[in-house]
Amino acid sequence: MDLAFVILVEMLYAVASLILIGAGLAVVFGMMKVINLAHGEFMMMGGYATITAVNLGVNIFVAMLVVAPLVVGLIGLVVERLVIRHLYGRLVDTMLATWGLSLFFIGLVTMIFGNTTTGISTPIPGFAVGDYQINGYNFFVILAAIALLIGVLLVLRTTRAGLVARGAMQRSDMAAALGYSPDRIYMATFFCGSALSGLAGAVFAPLVGLVPTSGGAYIAKAFITVIAGGPSLVAGLLSSAGVFGIVSQIFTFAISPVIGEVALLVAAVILLRIMPQGITGRFFKGRL
Amino acid sequence: MPGRFVKDVWVTVLVTAVLIWIMPLLIGTYTLTVLVIYGMLGLSLGLIWGFGGILCFGQTAFFGLGAYTYAIAAINIGESTLPMILAILVPAVFAALLGAMMFYGRLTDVYLGVITLVVTLILFKFMNSTAGPQYVIGKARMGGFNGIPGFPTLNVPGDPDTYIWGDPYFYVCAVLLALVFLLVSALLRSSFGRVAVGIRENETRASLMGYDVRARKTVLFAIGAAIAGLAGALFANWAEIVTPSLFSLGQSAEIIIWCIVGGLGTRLGPIVGAAGLAYLKFLLGQQAVVDNTLITGLILVLFVLFLPKGIVPALVGLWKASFGRRPLGRIHQARRMRGGERANG
Repeated sequence: MDLAFVILVEMLYAVASLILIGAGLAVVFGMMKVINLAHGEFMMMGGYATITAVNLGVNIFVAMLVVAPLVVGLIGLVVERLVIRHLYGRLVDTMLATWGLSLFFIGLVTMIFGNTTTGISTPIPGFAVGDYQINGYNFFVILAAIALLIGVLLVLRTTRAGLVARGAMQRSDMAAALGYSPDRIYMATFFCGSALSGLAGAVFAPLVGLVPTSGGAYIAKAFITVIAGGPSLVAGLLSSAGVFGIVSQIFTFAISPVIGEVALLVAAVILLRIMPQGITGRFFKGRL
Repeated sequence: MPGRFVKDVWVTVLVTAVLIWIMPLLIGTYTLTVLVIYGMLGLSLGLIWGFGGILCFGQTAFFGLGAYTYAIAAINIGESTLPMILAILVPAVFAALLGAMMFYGRLTDVYLGVITLVVTLILFKFMNSTAGPQYVIGKARMGGFNGIPGFPTLNVPGDPDTYIWGDPYFYVCAVLLALVFLLVSALLRSSFGRVAVGIRENETRASLMGYDVRARKTVLFAIGAAIAGLAGALFANWAEIVTPSLFSLGQSAEIIIWCIVGGLGTRLGPIVGAAGLAYLKFLLGQQAVVDNTLITGLILVLFVLFLPKGIVPALVGLWKASFGRRPLGRIHQARRMRGGERANG
């Protein structure tokens, strides 16, 4: 019984972390068809922003939920203006340019913070369930993922800004004719996507020993989750994170964590082979 | 055009001979050997990406597979001729299977990228986790993160006690690169190569003309993997150890950067890009002011933004910047070949 509860929490946690990892990339890819391979480094910088802020005496939750998204969002803004802006509509070129950016940021952070592991302790203590110990922070991650999904859904569906953004993504010329500047909208969307990446990186900062190359651990998972999710933003993210999270946890508990990771990747290959347009390319068409 | 090809062969042989003679006077053969190997690896991606339009994010998977195959086979067999052949065959077969799965599923650009990336990651994670004593192939321990050291290196075929190392090994690698280059040239001049370029330009049109696009892409993909596998085996001989870092994302990124910088759609571009950038990295590694990765990233971004074709003037500038003096032969050859490439269409 206790074990069943632990496994349930771990599964929810795996799904939630995939949602968090993928969210920033999903906004940028789902809305703008830009694949940001520097996404992992955005997360890494979110983590560094959090740790730096905490070391400067900022409350850890403020650092995670406010400072990190703002800092990374601003970095994203600069990147969009300098690089991405010139490459809209050239999918492969943006991938290559952002891959270059990811290497650039790894180098930059290595020069600033050094090639050493930094970290902070988790702000929420763990507790025992029967014979097992559960990390209390896992619940925070699950809650953060739920809040994030609902937030994105609400912004896109109910606010005017969300409506304008969706309109501009579908027909930028029409949005321009109605008096909205697509250039500005793309800029704002990229800012939001980067901020979400920063937030995710910040949430994971207390769980991992952060090194400048930490981003590499995220990018593949984020990339796979988003591409396998397909065109719809929220539904795609939720469905693919659900599939991959559960598959990887089943294999993790049954065999070993490494096999769990490998199972996730194999599941991704199989899923893409069967549904080349992603899960929401076949099901839930036209949803958000 | 057999006459033209014969001329091409002579030029290649001549230039190779001159370079093999001159380059060791400028750079040590130990460094040169790895530059030549990287050149071959660059050429393998240059072939499938530049001429076949297949952007493979995991070319290093085949490089690593070649290296591992060689190491494992060499330990078990105890000499190097058969392992070298296996190191070419295993990646080629693996790529043929993977390619068949992808191309017969009609996966294109981004999805192709994801799958090749994921497969590379699977190999990376798997190889890293093989530390335990249960992971043994024949006599070879897989070694996990530490890799496989201490396998027999290249020997004269038929004479397992005469090892080829040091300067002679450089000559072997350089001659092999020239051979591969000539084979690639011949392939591209054949009807198979021309159809491959046709598929790159317009897949639908090629298939409407009756060519089996899926099969042709699969075969081209396997050929690229075979070249990468050979480069991997040569690398294993050079480094005398194989580690899972051969499968790392950074290594994949580098191969793509070489091709972009050197120039896609040319045979020489990826080789020059690989050797040039690897040497630049080697030089940058000797200073501690600026981080190496930062420069690599910056180069990629700047090239995508300003010189997405990796054009010749930039190449000449880069050559000048990294070497201080320019070996005229190679630049003139590059110019001539690019001109020819353009004229041929």
